[in-house]
Amino acid sequence: MTAQEYAFLVVAVIGSLAAVAVVTARNVVHAALYLVVALACVGITFLLVGAEFVGWTQILIYVGAIVILFLFGLMLTKAPIGRDTLDHLPQNRIVGAVVALLIFVGLATLLLRVWPIGTTVASQPVAGSTEAIGQSMFRDYVLPFEVVSFLLLAALIGAIVLARKDDGGAA
Amino acid sequence: MVGVLGFLAQEGGEAAAEVVKAAPNWFVEHAYLIPLLAFASGALTLFFGKRTPGKGPVYGILAIGVGLVLSLGVVWSFVQGGGNFEHNIEWFRIGTLQVQLGFYVDGLTAVMLVVVTSISLMVHIYSLGYMHGDKRYTWFYVVLSIFTGAMLVVVVASNLFQLLVGWEIMGVCSYLLIGHWYEDHANSSAAIKAFLTTRVGDVPFMFGIFALVYATGMTTSNIQVISETVAGGHISTLLVTCAALLMFGGTIGKSAQFPLYTWLPDAMAGPTPVSALIHAATMVAAGIYLVARTFEVFVQADPIALTVVSIIGAITLLMAALLALVQDDIKKVLAYSTISQLAYMVAALGMGEAGYPAAMFHLFTHAFFKALLFLGAGSVIHAAHSNNMSDMGGLRKHMKLTYATFVIGSLALAGVPPFAGFFSKDEIILVAKDQQIYWLGAVLLVGAVITAFYTTRMVLKTFHGEYRGTEHLHESPWSMTAPLVFLAAATCVVGFLGFAPTGAPFMDWVYFGGVPETPVFSPLVAGISVLAVAIGLLFGWRLYKDYKAVDPVTELGGAYTLLEHKYYLDDIYFGGIVRPIRDTWSAGIYWFNQHVLDAVVNGAAGGSKGLSGGIMWIDRNVIDGIVNGAGTAMETFGKGLRTIQTGKVQWYAVGLFGGVITLALFIFR
Amino acid sequence: MIRLPLVLVFAALLFSAGVYGVLARRNAVMVLMAIELMLNAVNLNLVAFSASLQDVTGQIFALFVIAVAAAEVGIGLAIVILLFRNRASINVDEVDLLKW
Repeated sequence: MTAQEYAFLVVAVIGSLAAVAVVTARNVVHAALYLVVALACVGITFLLVGAEFVGWTQILIYVGAIVILFLFGLMLTKAPIGRDTLDHLPQNRIVGAVVALLIFVGLATLLLRVWPIGTTVASQPVAGSTEAIGQSMFRDYVLPFEVVSFLLLAALIGAIVLARKDDGGAA
Repeated sequence: MVGVLGFLAQEGGEAAAEVVKAAPNWFVEHAYLIPLLAFASGALTLFFGKRTPGKGPVYGILAIGVGLVLSLGVVWSFVQGGGNFEHNIEWFRIGTLQVQLGFYVDGLTAVMLVVVTSISLMVHIYSLGYMHGDKRYTWFYVVLSIFTGAMLVVVVASNLFQLLVGWEIMGVCSYLLIGHWYEDHANSSAAIKAFLTTRVGDVPFMFGIFALVYATGMTTSNIQVISETVAGGHISTLLVTCAALLMFGGTIGKSAQFPLYTWLPDAMAGPTPVSALIHAATMVAAGIYLVARTFEVFVQADPIALTVVSIIGAITLLMAALLALVQDDIKKVLAYSTISQLAYMVAALGMGEAGYPAAMFHLFTHAFFKALLFLGAGSVIHAAHSNNMSDMGGLRKHMKLTYATFVIGSLALAGVPPFAGFFSKDEIILVAKDQQIYWLGAVLLVGAVITAFYTTRMVLKTFHGEYRGTEHLHESPWSMTAPLVFLAAATCVVGFLGFAPTGAPFMDWVYFGGVPETPVFSPLVAGISVLAVAIGLLFGWRLYKDYKAVDPVTELGGAYTLLEHKYYLDDIYFGGIVRPIRDTWSAGIYWFNQHVLDAVVNGAAGGSKGLSGGIMWIDRNVIDGIVNGAGTAMETFGKGLRTIQTGKVQWYAVGLFGGVITLALFIFR
Repeated sequence: MIRLPLVLVFAALLFSAGVYGVLARRNAVMVLMAIELMLNAVNLNLVAFSASLQDVTGQIFALFVIAVAAAEVGIGLAIVILLFRNRASINVDEVDLLKW
């Protein structure tokens, strides 16, 4: 149990709780804010593991942009600020909970079978990972990189076109 | 030089003599051509007749003319002393029975060929004038040719089935010709009566053939083979007698003997040339010819067979002669006369071997003078436009040629020497005396008296006295009088062919039993016959020479009534046979057909309908039910299945994740 | 030196939470948020293995995932807004026109 591990455990707990809160919050805005927490915890975990570039990217994009997006979406669709009257039906919740539980149990069992808690296989911080990412990205994976940029462009245009007001143009 | 010429002449003469010697055999060996020619002309006339000059008779006259020449050639062969000839080809086999096609030529055949072809030729020529302008002129000649062909087939047939074929074709042609003017219902009725009545005789005839074929062990119907088999003596007498009597049934029908003679007088409804050919000379003679051909059977049978034959002949002879007395229609007189004369031939045959040549000789002569009489009657009818003698009278002044030939024929019929009929009738009476069958001889003589009487009556009523009609009288055209002259000449001559003092060559050709008979002339018998004839003639002359209006015969009272109604025989037949069958039986059978047979058929149909209805129900409800049910089941299943598609994405996600979990469980556990 | 299984379990937990959110939330935006959680769990896995195997490929993959997630959220929200415009409601239960 190293210090990182303890830190990680704390972050993991907070993150888990936040994640559960996201999906169970009655107030959708609260859910969005809990999402911030969860995502931030994931980012901190990245940092703890040693993937600083990914971690900061995570925080930048997810917490910074995507959650804002969500909040915008909530506002624009007139999500009730107060309690969410769009409450889920009990049967949905139970089915969903059962499924989710089964998935968690299944995954956890699977993973722990292969990598039992006691193993010393750990995630070492990768030294100079940003440099390594840069090198790998622009050497080996430059094509996917370009494609993803293209994808983003398409998404951008698509989003604009879709969300445009109906003035002569089909949505 | 002269020597060379002489040598050549000798050689040529010898060669010619060879040809001449061999020639008659050629005629005999190719005798089958004669019927073939007749049929060919029939076919040609049928298809091309209308295009020939004269619209029909050309082929017939040519074919029969050539046939006559060929027939004379055949006779020539027998004159030269040639022998019999037979040639058969196998037509088909049924089991052991072999049916052949062939021809058999002996003296009898030769004589018959000449008779048929010559009289047919005369009738063909006669019809040029008589049937001139007729609606169905061409068709008349077609059937005439086919008929001649059929009779020739009968004459040359070597086996009984072939004979039967010719027999039946003749029956059909007779039917067609009697009903030639079928627009008048009476004519078509007469045709049917003729056909059906002869049919009644044809059935036993057929059974007679079957019996004889059976006697040969079901192998053949060849006449010579049958004769040999029967003569061999191994066939049971009962079978042979039955066969003989059955075949005689055919004769009774076709040759108009008692009790099946009623069709012949009614058959006079046909055109006179037809009457002359068919009902005087040829078809009715076929029955006699049949007995003659199969005479071995009759001879080998129990004597009762021949006795029956003579009795029937005798009865018919008297009955018909008496009926001829009371007829006013000239053709009917001749018809009954024919029946009576045929009975003479039948009676002669009934006397056995001895009577055979006499019967055939009478057939030969009778053909000529009867045809002559009929054609003469046709000439008279043509002029007076009436068949009845009460409408005639005094015709000798206007139709001299017809009168002369008719008289010759009548004298022959009555049996006055030196005309043909005397010799042949005399022969028969002579045989009766020789065989000591005196009752039959007496009947024959009585018949001769009556014959002479009605013949005189006929001639006097028609030609003598004053004309009682209103037509303009004139002699017939040459096409009608030429045959009369020819036949009259023949009548004068042919008698001597059977006259003993002149050699009687006829008996050399026609005989039974392997050896020709040498006839003997008996002046006693001849004298008695002449006496009988003279009595009849005188009687007739006395009663009819001053005929005015009332026929003396009608004064016979009750006898006349009986004769007028033809012994009520026709009425018996009609009331006893025709009407019950036509009305009662037909109605009964019709009822049976409608209610029983049709009920069965309809019932079967109804049953089928019901069954098919049931099957249809099964098909609709069960089978289609299964098919439709499968479809409906699928539909219901689909309807149920589609409710999964709720449209709600989260449902689908549940399914997705559930599936993943399940898969994971299966794979990793 | 964080032990790998711990990270993985944490990721599994996040994922399960996301699954629950996808299945049980009726607000469309909430469903999108839950999807983000799931994606983040995947990212966590990738990075954990990258650190464990000392291979930077996992992180690159994670970066790509982030980029794609961003694009996806953008489009998704655009669609949700459209949906809201047409139906004045973003209740996913009401978006069932493709039902039988």
